[in-house]
Parts: sequence; C-alpha cells; structure tokens
Amino acid sequence: MYRSEKTVSGKVVTMAATAAGLLFMLHPAYADTPDRPGIEVPATESPATPPIQSAALTNHVDIDNFDFSPMTLTVTVGTQVTWTNHDDIPHTVVSADTPPAFKSSALDTDDSFSVTFSKPGTYSYFCSVHPKMVGTIVVKAN
Amino acid sequence: MPQPNDNRDTAFQSETTALQANRRNFLKCGAWAGAGLIWTVAGGIPRSTGLGFAASALADTGSFSFVQISDSHIGFNKAPNPDAPGTYKEAVGKVRALASQPAFMIHTGDVSHLSKRDEFDTAAEIIKDARLDVHYVPGEHDVIGDDGKAFFEQFSKTPNGWYSFDQGGVHFIALVNVLGFKAGGYGHLGDEQLKWLEADVKSLAASTPIVVFTHIPLWMIYADWGWGTDDAAQALGYLKRFGSVTVLNGHIHQIIQKVEGSVSFHTANSTAFPQPAPGTAPSPGPLKVEASRLKSMLGITDVNLVAVNQPLVITDATLNA
Repeated sequence: MYRSEKTVSGKVVTMAATAAGLLFMLHPAYADTPDRPGIEVPATESPATPPIQSAALTNHVDIDNFDFSPMTLTVTVGTQVTWTNHDDIPHTVVSADTPPAFKSSALDTDDSFSVTFSKPGTYSYFCSVHPKMVGTIVVKAN
Repeated sequence: MPQPNDNRDTAFQSETTALQANRRNFLKCGAWAGAGLIWTVAGGIPRSTGLGFAASALADTGSFSFVQISDSHIGFNKAPNPDAPGTYKEAVGKVRALASQPAFMIHTGDVSHLSKRDEFDTAAEIIKDARLDVHYVPGEHDVIGDDGKAFFEQFSKTPNGWYSFDQGGVHFIALVNVLGFKAGGYGHLGDEQLKWLEADVKSLAASTPIVVFTHIPLWMIYADWGWGTDDAAQALGYLKRFGSVTVLNGHIHQIIQKVEGSVSFHTANSTAFPQPAPGTAPSPGPLKVEASRLKSMLGITDVNLVAVNQPLVITDATLNA
C-alpha cells in the first residue's frame, strides 16, 4: 500500500571513475525513471571498455532496511553499478577512500546513483548518513 | 511533593544501579506519556506517579526552564506521518501552551530530512511562533552533501557548530557529533571539538550544573544501529568532576534515560515520526504506527531548573497529552 503512495521520482547521477580523475555527469533525461529503473546509461567515458552484457543482471545494489544488497558485488572493468534506495529514509553512497573516489548526494526514496568503474580494484563504501551501512565493489580486469 | 507509589519500572532500576551515594543532586525525570504516567527518578529510585505531579512540578518551578525539541525532519512525508510540518507546528503550540513559559529552546538536530534550503526555511518559519530563542545542533540529516555549511549558516552561532553559553547559573554546551563519520562507525566528536570542550569547562567550578546537548546519544544505546558516539567517553571524562551533568540527545525518536554517577542521559521524542525500540525491527526506519497512535509517540521535553543545586525536572510531553 505504501509503495503506491510514492511521489518522489528517481534521479540518476552517473559518475565515471577514470584513471585521470573523476567526472560527474548529470542526466536530467532520467529524472522521471520508474520506481525500479532498469537504467542503461551508456558508459561513454570509457570507450575502450564497453559495457559488458553479462554483467547487466548483477550491476545493481539495492538499499533495503538500512543494508546494501548485495553487500559485496563483483563486476568487471567498465561496468556501471547503480544503487537504488528503497527505504523511506534517505541514504548516501560514499567511497571510504580519502578523498572519496565517488560520492552521491542524498538519495531519497527510489533515487538512484551510478558509478562506472574503469579501473580494477576493491572499492569500499558506506552511507555517510548511517555509517553502519557498508558495502564493497570488487572490480576485476576483463 | 507528589506521593510516590511502589509501581516501579524495572528497566529504570537496572539503569540506575550505578548511581553513587555521594551524588550531590538528584534528577527527576518525568515522562508525560499518553498513558498519563509520570516517571520520576529521585535518589536513583524510579517511581511512577499520576499526572498531578506534572502540574505541581511546573507550578513549583523557579525562575527558569527550557524546552528541548528534536528531530523535526521537515521534508519527511511518508508513513506514518505525511505532515511533518503539521506535527512540528503542534509541538510549537505545545510549547506556547506551557503553564510556565520556558526561557529558551534547544533543538537537538535533524531539523530537516534532506538538508535542503527550503526545509530549513520551513522549519525556521514554524518555530518562530514559539517566540523564543532556539539553540541548535545539527543531526546527520542536516549535513548531507555540504558537511553542514548551509545549516551552520542559518542556525549556528559558530562556523563549526559547537558553542557554549550560561543561563541561570547553568553552563550549556552544544556539541556536533554528526560529522567525520567513518565507514562502519558511529557518531563522532573529533579531536578539535574535544580540545575545545576541555578548555571550555576548565575554569568552571565543579558545582556548576552542566547541560550538554548533541544529536546522537553520548552513550552506546544500540551498536548494531550505530546509536552511540565513538569518542563520547573522552568528552564525558572532561565532565567527570562536575556534580550535576545532564546530557540531552535526539536521533532515536524515543525516550530512553539512564543515570550513571552524576551524569543523567535523556533522549527525546521526535516531532515527526517514532522509531522502533533498539533491536525490535529489521532496521531503525520509521515505525509505521496507526494514525490514532502517532501523536502519543511524538512530543517535546520540558526541563525545569528549580534552583541551582536543586534537581532538574525533565518532563516529556507527547502531542496528544
């Protein structure tokens, strides 16, 4: 019942983590994506490593009940990972690195945030509003 | 004085066993709940009394009281409360209706839900009706994205948000523990603020009553949900020598109290939505109570100082009371 009352539409912010630095790309065109958007934002910032179709099913992290699920997600280089907040409390997705390799703004209910990982590595992150919420993205070379 | 009865609360008993015999001041805590019971803690023995206590306590009040308001979450619009500004207005109305008008208010954070400028503006507009000074500290919902810059500009007296002031012989200390979070961590005060605190209280006489207010509880209420502050022990260490320390927090949207030595801890209700008791739900998300029950779980806290070196009387009033 509650879900049908949602009024906040999804917003998508895509960030590409490149070797040269970080690029923020706002996609206002996605401002009206449905509740559980099957977002396919082209990873245009890393043309050498096009999105991998087989990763498409596992590149989402759901935020439910103050948890990132899956808590650890393994993807290959060039994959875009999208977090979607299904809680009725806002959360954020912030890299645990200093300075943060990526950082979302406040994600209200059904808001999404995406990062394209173009370098192999282990990326720890947390919710800066509720720091007990932690997760890891493992990026493997192709 | 009210006549105590033997109706004791076992949770309080276990929490107050640490009360030291040489404690100079007794604290009375009254929870003005929907059921109409007042809990008082005097000399470490909690007792319930009827609502008559509230009236007499307020009538006996000396020159000075203040009100704590917390977790207004302006911008929240989901179950169980689609109208957080409305219940915030009701809470302010409750303050206006107090028999003994408070000297000022403190807001213990989460003024907004999403740190948005219009949420801050709405909150500021609503609380004007109380016609009282409000001393603020931020909650984690007030510092999203800009580390509190907008909040501090609008609501704080200092750029970094912590400060102290004196009123009626009581030393009030406002602390910020919602910045510098680490992954997997808790509320955090940080070295710079701790250093400031140590210096702030250094020259005070040990008999000065201290009231500390900050958003996240300064004792570990429930680690799994992050309901604690990692460096609180250091802060409380600087306050150890004082005879009366009262710590007022928000964050957990429910009333929990504890007395430890000369320190009394008290968390306040939210004016927006209740949260589950520690560990009783899969997550600390809003408790989706029936509309008829909501206002018994929201409220304000009235703190009365009868006279310096006399008990502080803390009364929680729910919106339906």
